[in-house]
Amino acid sequence: MCLAVPARVIEKRDNDQAIVELGGVTKEISLALVDGVEVGDYVIVHVGFALTRLDAEEAQRTLALFAEMSELVPDGSAP
Amino acid sequence: MSEIKKGYVRPLDIKHGRVDMSHGSGGRAMAQLIEELFLPAFDNVFLRQGNDGALLPPLPEEAGRMVVATDAHVVAPLFFPGGDIGCLSVHGTINDVAVMGAKPLYLAASFVLEEGFPLADLQRIVVSMAAAARAAGVPIVTGDTKVVERGKGDGVFIATTGIGWVPHCVELSGDRARPGDALLLSGCIGDHGMAIMSQRESLAFDAPIESDTAALHELIASMLACGADIRCLRDPTRGWLATTLNEIARQSQVGMMLDEAAIPVKPAVDAACEFLGLDPLYVANEGKLVAVCAASDAERLLAAMRAHPLGRAAAIIGSVHADPHQFVQMKTRFGGRRIVDWLTGEQLPRIC
Amino acid sequence: MKYVDEFRDGELAKVLAASIARNVDPARSYHLMEFCGGHTHAISRYGLNDFLPPAVHMVHGPGCPVCVLPIGRIDLAIQLALERGAILCSYGDTLRVPASNGLSLLKAKARGGNIRMVYSSADALKIARDNPQREVVFFAIGFETTTPPTALAIRQAHAEGMKNFSVLCNHVLTPAAINHILASPEVRQYGTVPLDGFIGPAHVSTVIGSRPYEGFAAGYRKPVVICGFEPLDVMQAILMLVRQLNQGRAEVENEFTRAVTRDGNLKAQALVAEVFETRDSFEWRGLGEVPSSALQIRAAFADFDAERRYGLSYAPVPDNPACECGAILRGLKKPQDCKIFGTACTPENPMGSCMVSSEGACAAHYTYGRYKDIEGVTA
Repeated sequence: MCLAVPARVIEKRDNDQAIVELGGVTKEISLALVDGVEVGDYVIVHVGFALTRLDAEEAQRTLALFAEMSELVPDGSAP
Repeated sequence: MSEIKKGYVRPLDIKHGRVDMSHGSGGRAMAQLIEELFLPAFDNVFLRQGNDGALLPPLPEEAGRMVVATDAHVVAPLFFPGGDIGCLSVHGTINDVAVMGAKPLYLAASFVLEEGFPLADLQRIVVSMAAAARAAGVPIVTGDTKVVERGKGDGVFIATTGIGWVPHCVELSGDRARPGDALLLSGCIGDHGMAIMSQRESLAFDAPIESDTAALHELIASMLACGADIRCLRDPTRGWLATTLNEIARQSQVGMMLDEAAIPVKPAVDAACEFLGLDPLYVANEGKLVAVCAASDAERLLAAMRAHPLGRAAAIIGSVHADPHQFVQMKTRFGGRRIVDWLTGEQLPRIC
Repeated sequence: MKYVDEFRDGELAKVLAASIARNVDPARSYHLMEFCGGHTHAISRYGLNDFLPPAVHMVHGPGCPVCVLPIGRIDLAIQLALERGAILCSYGDTLRVPASNGLSLLKAKARGGNIRMVYSSADALKIARDNPQREVVFFAIGFETTTPPTALAIRQAHAEGMKNFSVLCNHVLTPAAINHILASPEVRQYGTVPLDGFIGPAHVSTVIGSRPYEGFAAGYRKPVVICGFEPLDVMQAILMLVRQLNQGRAEVENEFTRAVTRDGNLKAQALVAEVFETRDSFEWRGLGEVPSSALQIRAAFADFDAERRYGLSYAPVPDNPACECGAILRGLKKPQDCKIFGTACTPENPMGSCMVSSEGACAAHYTYGRYKDIEGVTA
């Protein structure tokens, strides 16, 4: 229920601050709640804080799953 | 304004000076403010008459009616990407007159200044207003200035009133929409609201979003000239697109179906709205209009709009149909349907 | 927008809709509760119901912290602004919620209360730093997603030795609420409310992980699928729940793998545990007192606890007797079943928690979907 958006880290600053970018809009947020975030990573941002890194591979896998699921027959097995 | 004794002791210190109570008292100080700050910017034959009101020439000869519109402008911040309260106040009232199908002819402007307001900022605003009025070809023919004590005003409030003339053959009204009519939008929505949001203290971000504030009367003139049967024109400013459409639906007692994919929104505005949990349909615009026209004329009207610089991104965004409940519905980009309702109050950024 | 647009693809929606339709067992119906207001919002905003077969019923849960915030707590915030002269900082969501005496935070502002909208707890800290001679209170609401930012603010204030900052804490806990719903007699014993499975919260789970839901799945035999906020996520999660139910499974599955792990964000969890502890009980608007469902500030940070600092005492305020929010939040009734829905109770004039925020079941239905209740409304 919490509005959060995935945004790309484009710059890291002092005091756990960072600049993130989404669709051409940039905002300064805090990385204080996550460790090991690097420039180029995607993070989920909520009320000015990154809550977690977004796993790009998992994102691709999920998208592929959407398309794939239609191939499976109702009992879950592949055709 | 009666005879002013020329030769003030010192010229106005526009660079460092501030508005004080004497500037609103009607005496020497106020006269100097008007003469040295307002008049140089607004200068025209009417203001040079130097009277309390402006004597205007007779109205156009073609049969028609006069239109008058008025608006107060209290925007904060006063200066924002793409504009300021000055040009906003000129464009806003010109547009209110123009969407009636009228040619805007004259503007009047009154200023309520807060004690302590920097004269440099006032000059910036006044110069911007003058430029906007000149570009639009609509002179500011008379005005007024008052000063309120510090803390009683947000820097400056501006109220503008505009007069125009609409020929009898033009009949635009919110109650003329009919089932089958097409809905057109002149360009991208949400620019102004998000440009303002980007300046507000609590929601700062560097986004390449500029206010779309603009005078639409020439675009409207070309739309009226193209021969399309236009039922109604509206500008979705404070009302936002959603409320504007609901108003027309209610006035005409019809329903509407929008196509979300057809509604133009700049990617940066989309992203900014995403960050804050806002819906572009409910964000302010200052240089856009909505048109309702007969279905058979939609393409022609669209072409006329796109031919004008302020209508390049114009699009047909939906249609009118019979609906006793007067709902404005929308087919979402995703495919499902939803209602686009009136908004309760100002949309506030969400956390959840 | 990357990782947003792809999950809103209309073509994939049709594919998933077809999958759901194919997987639905014609002999039964599926009652799925989406716990989070964000999911309610997604379903309404994208018209997801148009894609679901009639056998699938979405039941809206309580998952909106604004909706379940008791009027009495807002009264406390208003008190702090109007009677104690504090600068009260609040998220935008809470500003319009009607409280007692015809007031809301917005109306209290009109009466002279120094009430500021903030986007983040960090903004509230800044206001406190900029106004050292004034008391500043941050009105903290939210589920586990929003709690770590509050914890950070308190810890920061403590580290800086700030003397004028405190937090009015209303943070609530998701698993406790789900448990409360599942444990309610109607659901558990009588089966009069069929609740077959849950669409689990997205960003709450980012913080707490998927592990906390394993207890419900096992204990109550109800499948849970943790789900992202985009419409395709929701459709995929519905498909996964339908399959689990068909196969008689009751597991915790994770659709939102791009942001949720089993453990969650341990750093954020540790921070929250450092600053907060669980309250014995807390009132949820519409649900009543729910044990172990909310947080309070630990004694070590008492200076930053507005309740202690100002000696506030909480007085519960009952809702309009005609209000059916309690039943609606538990999935026992629908908005349309409430006598005052759409008449006395509208988004402009909300009488209960479900109408108060745009994600409440009633508000979502009113704003986006009520045209479906009326016959003959077609495009």
